[in-house]
Amino acid sequence: MTTTVLWATVLVASLLSLALKLAGHLIPQHWLATERVQRTSTLVTVALLVSLVVVQTFADGQALVVDARVPALAVAAIALALRAPFIVVVLLAAATAAGLRALGWG
Amino acid sequence: MPGRPWFPTGVTGAEGRDPAVRSAVRQGVSVAVATGLYGVSFGALSVVAGVSVPQTMALSLLLFSGGSQFALIGVVAAGGSPVAAVATSTLLGVRNALYGAVVAPLLGVRGWRRLAAAHLTIDESTAVAVGQREPAATRAGFWVTGAGVFVLWNAFTLLGALAGDALGDPRAWGLDAAAGAAFLALVWPRLAARRAQVVAALAVAVTAALIPVVPAGVPVLAAAAVAIVAGLVATPRAGAGTGAAA
Repeated sequence: MTTTVLWATVLVASLLSLALKLAGHLIPQHWLATERVQRTSTLVTVALLVSLVVVQTFADGQALVVDARVPALAVAAIALALRAPFIVVVLLAAATAAGLRALGWG
Repeated sequence: MPGRPWFPTGVTGAEGRDPAVRSAVRQGVSVAVATGLYGVSFGALSVVAGVSVPQTMALSLLLFSGGSQFALIGVVAAGGSPVAAVATSTLLGVRNALYGAVVAPLLGVRGWRRLAAAHLTIDESTAVAVGQREPAATRAGFWVTGAGVFVLWNAFTLLGALAGDALGDPRAWGLDAAAGAAFLALVWPRLAARRAQVVAALAVAVTAALIPVVPAGVPVLAAAAVAIVAGLVATPRAGAGTGAAA
């Protein structure tokens, strides 16, 4: 993306983010209180985040690869299971990948 | 002296002596510190993804929703289109509209305060607000958490962006792996329910199948589409209606 396109992306996404938040504050509560809407919103959030995990961990352009990111993600999952805080999880994953690459793998 | 004050709390500052309010403020501050700190990882990953320091700050100041911000820079880093980046970010922000509908009646604000409340409506401020039992504590929890996260998230984003700029090769530091770990940490607490686990498995399958065949950014949107279908067609409970044979 060029700088101009990236700025437009940042600003349009920001505007839409605020529009969604404001819409929640302005529209009648019962419009969004249906079980189906809440359930769908929760599931969309889960699907997007899980999909992003897969892309960030296995995609190299359009190829699926296994490299140092995979053991790093496993370490992150173990840290999360042990209830480590967010910043610790992220740092452990980075350190795992960096360490493996320093040793010449992935 | 027992009994309720005759004056409206929140106007006089009397809520400062209310233990429920003090507890909400403490919760808000601790959540704000914990959340603000990981602004460092967002700032660093963002500049590594090719987003400039001013653009990174614009995201934290204006978009101000962690999941959406990470998602947007993730699509940019993968070489996705601007439309895919905006769509992914915006779909992740849909939940903030639901949060707004929940907290608006609890806050009861108008005018510019409503705009400020809307901007500060995120996972953390909503969670602390709805976790309180008293109206004054709910309001205090929302504002302290929202404003606290906003200030610290932006301060640490700047720190991370400046540090990331100076790091050199991001792969040598494992920053590409850190992005996946960040998304995993964001989704982890949402995976408790059975239905969420099923949708997560479907999202993995759809994403992995599509990565080799469609442009960057599209697999993530396809996973969202699967979740929308699952959410709309799934029945909340069995046994309702006449479809016993179906």
